[in-house]
Amino acid sequence: MLGKLLASALFAGAATGLIVGLLQLLFVQPVLLHAELYESGELVHFGGAAISAHPDLPGFDPVRDLLSVVFTMLTYTGYAFILVALMLVAEERGAQIDARSGLIWGVAGFVAAHFAPAFSLAPEVPGVAAADVGARQIWWFATVGAAAVAMWLIAFGRNWALWGVAVILLAAPHLVGAPEPDTFTGPVPTEIGALFAARALGVGLAAWVILGAFSAFFLDREQRRG
Amino acid sequence: MKTEAQTVAATRSATLPALFAVILGVAVITMTGHLQAATLHDAAHDMRHATGFPCH
Repeated sequence: MLGKLLASALFAGAATGLIVGLLQLLFVQPVLLHAELYESGELVHFGGAAISAHPDLPGFDPVRDLLSVVFTMLTYTGYAFILVALMLVAEERGAQIDARSGLIWGVAGFVAAHFAPAFSLAPEVPGVAAADVGARQIWWFATVGAAAVAMWLIAFGRNWALWGVAVILLAAPHLVGAPEPDTFTGPVPTEIGALFAARALGVGLAAWVILGAFSAFFLDREQRRG
Repeated sequence: MKTEAQTVAATRSATLPALFAVILGVAVITMTGHLQAATLHDAAHDMRHATGFPCH
């Protein structure tokens, strides 16, 4: 059982991470590199002269970008361990797990691990003002944990009381509020920050849908092998 | 059709491996996404921003 679980998660996580790493390089990295020109002070807006919105960006950096892809593969393998484990538990309680239903698992995972924390702590581009990283990490883990339980209750709860608990778990972290900076000191134009958040969330949704489908597919295949 | 005993046994067979995998997964996410050790942070920097983790 454990072997099948780990094998499915490794296949699904590595394959997803490779695809997502490339998507991030294509869609997210250029926005990040653009922001870093402001973070480093090479470009300054709010000044006297108008600044081009299309500066020359650093190109492909083999070491930096390869590390990004490797760490994306590791991260989604970590998520895959959790996702496949939950699928296995659900399957033994009667849920059907296949690539098609895995798409919905992926959307639920995106809401729990990506969208729920982003609702108050939007994906941040380098250079923006932010509160203490330790405090934000604690809030992040609490929010993702609460949202994951909420998604499970929405999917498998059978009565209004459980669905009500799910709504409270989804809303509470945002009513309490995420750690915010005392003052705004970020040098990055708001247009870049907004584009970065949208790109990060869009690639995140693609990532989780792919992860859900692959996780279910490989788990199904491992179990068929007997 | 499964008997109740088989169902209970099957549930037991999944619970411990699932728990182990969840702990392993959280450990991996903590390492790649959250630990602030300088080398780890620098190597994972772009991924952390792109994935929406609190980075620095």
